[in-house]
Amino acid sequence: MFDDFFTRALIAGIGISLVTGPLGCFVVWRRLSFFAGTLAHSALLGVTMALFFEINIAFSVFVISAVLAILLLQLQKKTKLPNDALLGLLAHASLAVGLVVIGFLTSIRFDVMALLFGDILAVNQNDLLVIWIGGGLILIILKLIWKPLFASTVNYELSEAEGMKPDKFNAIFTILTAALIAISIKIVGLLLITGMLIIPAATARNVSNNPKQMVIFSVIFGLISVLVGLFTSLKINSASGPSIITATLLLFILSLIKFKKVSDLKK
Amino acid sequence: MENKNNQILLKVENASFYLNDKALIKEVSLEIKQGEIVTLIGPNGSGKSTTAKIALGIYKKIEGRVKRFTERIGYVPQKVTVDWTLPIRVIDFMSLTEDLKNDQINVALNLTGVDHLKNKSLSNLSGGEFQRVLIARAIAKKPELLVLDEPVQGVDFKGEIALYELIKKISEKLNCGILLISHDLHVVMSATDFVICLNGHVCCSGKPQTVVQDKKYKELFGDRASNILSLYEHEHDHSHSADGSIDPKK
Repeated sequence: MFDDFFTRALIAGIGISLVTGPLGCFVVWRRLSFFAGTLAHSALLGVTMALFFEINIAFSVFVISAVLAILLLQLQKKTKLPNDALLGLLAHASLAVGLVVIGFLTSIRFDVMALLFGDILAVNQNDLLVIWIGGGLILIILKLIWKPLFASTVNYELSEAEGMKPDKFNAIFTILTAALIAISIKIVGLLLITGMLIIPAATARNVSNNPKQMVIFSVIFGLISVLVGLFTSLKINSASGPSIITATLLLFILSLIKFKKVSDLKK
Repeated sequence: MENKNNQILLKVENASFYLNDKALIKEVSLEIKQGEIVTLIGPNGSGKSTTAKIALGIYKKIEGRVKRFTERIGYVPQKVTVDWTLPIRVIDFMSLTEDLKNDQINVALNLTGVDHLKNKSLSNLSGGEFQRVLIARAIAKKPELLVLDEPVQGVDFKGEIALYELIKKISEKLNCGILLISHDLHVVMSATDFVICLNGHVCCSGKPQTVVQDKKYKELFGDRASNILSLYEHEHDHSHSADGSIDPKK
């Protein structure tokens, strides 16, 4: 019934949304949405580096994001600038450098639009492997570090005092976020990946009263958005990445109505 | 419990901590043994919480040495805020750093009088309720070392006494060492084994009876503070008389 490319798009989208759900919850809880956005912006530089040195795109994006994360930590220690200024600095500086480098890549045909907004319909089998194996690894690690990571999310000092080693697990979490951006950049694009992380989690918050529930709901909302977005994109011939994010927005609006009802009941 | 009473749980040796070149504490030493309650007192900004955080290893860049001889630690921080974005119930919070059985959670919440709040959202609790949950969480994991930073702030008067009694009882029952930070000189002087009076550095320290007679203590807290012990002992003799006649706060 479906063309082969569409089946691949579905499998890729489902794989991504399984990972963005739980990771997105932590991004929202830890107030890291701007941080995730910064890592995503640096992906442009990662992609151009990959083309320049002819290495794997996901790998290159991952390395650049990780370097950026370390750079941020150093800047936080060395300067007195507030966090949002530092993040803005890194996000746009890396974006600008990436765009400058693109200018030199005249010999390579390069679709900037696909990079910004994703091209889920051009996913090949290799991409599927990267998404499912990489995504699987991210989920397994997240499951293993759940307890200390969650404890440090609730209260850093408490978790440090009680031997949960928050610094270590915060660093692992940063690496996981960089890895997720690396594997999903081709699908949702660097401008929209933050939306995929945050909007389903924010939607889930409106209908949950405990952390595990919020994770489950954000996975479900992510899945629904991918399915609705992709089928819409096929039907009305809209761009796939933006269609998915628009679907997450619709779910968020629906959840507000439900949320309002619940809070009315509580009164 | 026989000989174990002497085992040292925590040792801070000449610890100093600087923030932006300003010394928050200077050359503070302390030691906590099993079954012992050590209390830090001192005016605001005297470095009580800082000392506790150094003892716990939260502040690592210090001069001096900190040795902890146990990993079973329960901590009640001075301030915990939980963001609305994080949906978390009391029951989820209870097993934050350790997996607990339902029974253990119930018992601990019952001890601090908040078992009815088990399924409530943390963000919906009142200040006093939240403190009780914090204490319950810290004791539920049966720690060997308990660090309590103003544990009863915002708790009503009756609850305050009950909670201090509970803390005393726990130190005996679990034979754990307790580092307590409190402004309630009344309680400190009656329920503590060892008092350390801080004002950036250790002003004076020793058994409560010794400290209240110390000149530096009197300088720091005023002459009236020395009467705390006699007031308390008086009250203790007539434990059923009304509290109204004694006002330690003035």
